[in-house]
Amino acid sequence: MDEVTSTAHRAAAVPPPVRRIVLDDQPTVVTPGANGNGNGNGTRTPAVRFAASDTAARERMRVEELTIAYAGRVAVRDVTLPVRQGEVLSLIGPSGCGKTTLLRSLNRLTELTPTATRGGRIALDGQDVDELDVTLLRRRVAMVFQQPNPFPMSIFDNVAYGLREQGTKRPGKRDLAPRVEEALRRAGLWDEVADDLGRPALRLSGGQQQRLCIARALAVEPEVLLLDEPCSALDPRSTQTIEDLIVRLRAEVAVVIVTHNLQQAFRVADHVAFMYLGELVEYGPAADVFGNPRARRTREYVSGSFG
Amino acid sequence: MSAVAPRRKGAKESAATWSVLDRVGLAACWVAGIGLCVVCLAIIGFMFVKGIQYVRPDLLFSRTIASSNEAGSGGYFDPLVGTLLLIVIGIAIALPLGIGIAVWLTEYGRPSGLARLVESGVEVVAGTPSIVLAIFGLAVFQGKLFAFLSFTQQGGGVWGRSFFTAGIMMSLIALPLIVASTREALRSIPNHVREASYALGKTRAATIRRVLLPGARPGIATGATLAMGRIAGDTAIVILLLGGSALTTQGNVPVLNILKGGGSTLTTFVYANSPAGEGNKPDKAYAAAFVLLVIVVALNFGLDLIGGRRGRTAWTK
Repeated sequence: MDEVTSTAHRAAAVPPPVRRIVLDDQPTVVTPGANGNGNGNGTRTPAVRFAASDTAARERMRVEELTIAYAGRVAVRDVTLPVRQGEVLSLIGPSGCGKTTLLRSLNRLTELTPTATRGGRIALDGQDVDELDVTLLRRRVAMVFQQPNPFPMSIFDNVAYGLREQGTKRPGKRDLAPRVEEALRRAGLWDEVADDLGRPALRLSGGQQQRLCIARALAVEPEVLLLDEPCSALDPRSTQTIEDLIVRLRAEVAVVIVTHNLQQAFRVADHVAFMYLGELVEYGPAADVFGNPRARRTREYVSGSFG
Repeated sequence: MSAVAPRRKGAKESAATWSVLDRVGLAACWVAGIGLCVVCLAIIGFMFVKGIQYVRPDLLFSRTIASSNEAGSGGYFDPLVGTLLLIVIGIAIALPLGIGIAVWLTEYGRPSGLARLVESGVEVVAGTPSIVLAIFGLAVFQGKLFAFLSFTQQGGGVWGRSFFTAGIMMSLIALPLIVASTREALRSIPNHVREASYALGKTRAATIRRVLLPGARPGIATGATLAMGRIAGDTAIVILLLGGSALTTQGNVPVLNILKGGGSTLTTFVYANSPAGEGNKPDKAYAAAFVLLVIVVALNFGLDLIGGRRGRTAWTK
């Protein structure tokens, strides 16, 4: 086991606390239902293979042995994960450890990066996402980004944007109005914008913009909702509104949220996946990962030793 | 009422503590900024004082008559129409082309060798003096192939000078400005906005049409305004490709006969009438110059309003 010890203030009179960063520990993945043979301390548990009983009916997506590299540099290594409806899955871990890459691969946004290559399998309802038409896949697996990014058009048009089909069939405003209202209600924005849906969306506040982006994603009625640090640019009040929203949404859609904020993950997540340097170190129910982490690196990360 | 946030002023940083060079630099920046305003006001003020007294409504709407006699030479209706026509034709050609080039460069731009070639092509056009463009245009449009743009003289030679031909070359002047500003506007739209559109299952074409171009609209409007100013101000192309005469018509088809005919613009009118150029009617030259200035300034403000440059919040990168 290789340990890197770094001292931050060498010149200081009092020796600073030693921060240990473990670089090549084996992943310890604990699935719900498995009776914890990986109790940390470097116990080697092979990369996850889910037992048949874990493949519950609610499982919407499944990532198997996923490896993603940018120009040969591996960003995600051999990750296997289920994404279930009725629960919020939170991906946690330090910056640059592949959380966002993993998230983006779920609706094939990684393909927009020319240098990205992918191995392994991602399935949506049992079907390989590579076999699906990419525009259809992205309607079923919608995404909300770190920065609020409403389109330069009215609030109404923003929400209706995903609903308007490309090509010949173009539903009119009258057909769209109920669906736009519904999406805005689900995102908890309706009461604030109902009186003026024609307002440019970029005039809204940051928190409202982000909820608009969630409404926009919900309007296409996705099965899976991907959230990439949706609150990192927002104030605490907007963050709370959005967290409440995420918890409410999980009954209808499978939610995957990437977050740097451990407290946030603790508040919203049912299951937590801890990623470190591209590898899935630990996966399990949120209470276990935070309360009784099995892998040593998880314990250190959760307790704030590094990250 | 200082309950919420007391308005306290801390000690301000003073330039007095700066080095001499920094202070000189700061002063130079102030002088440069204020100096530009002074020059701008001087131009407008001078043209206003010199020109406004001769701007008479009847002259604005009366035809120009070629005469060396002040009283009998008519007004500047012809050059006014000529300027506006050239602006419309030039922009009508350059705007779709320029936006197309900019979209291709920013959103596609592959193979990169071709993109570099297109880029330097635009730069070369931008750097070419308009008199060179004019001579090139004349050589091309006097070809038999382009006879339909002007008219064929007796004896078979193609005249090559018309609003069409001048407008096409004017569009080359406008093109680089529109390409540059559209590119800049497209580049300033962060990538996650594009991805947000893709993430809703939209194609690249739909993203460009519905998200990127509307987002780039203020930038495109800025480029178009600059381009209009350049077209209104160009003289060389007008003299060589439009003739610098009064409006002449070719053929009997309405509208088309004007576009196929020659004419002049306010710039050539100023040149032809000012004693500094070829004329002997300084009053009319000043008046025409003032009208030209008013047009250009009005274009700036007008497009500001249309383009919605104000009150827009941008995305975070």
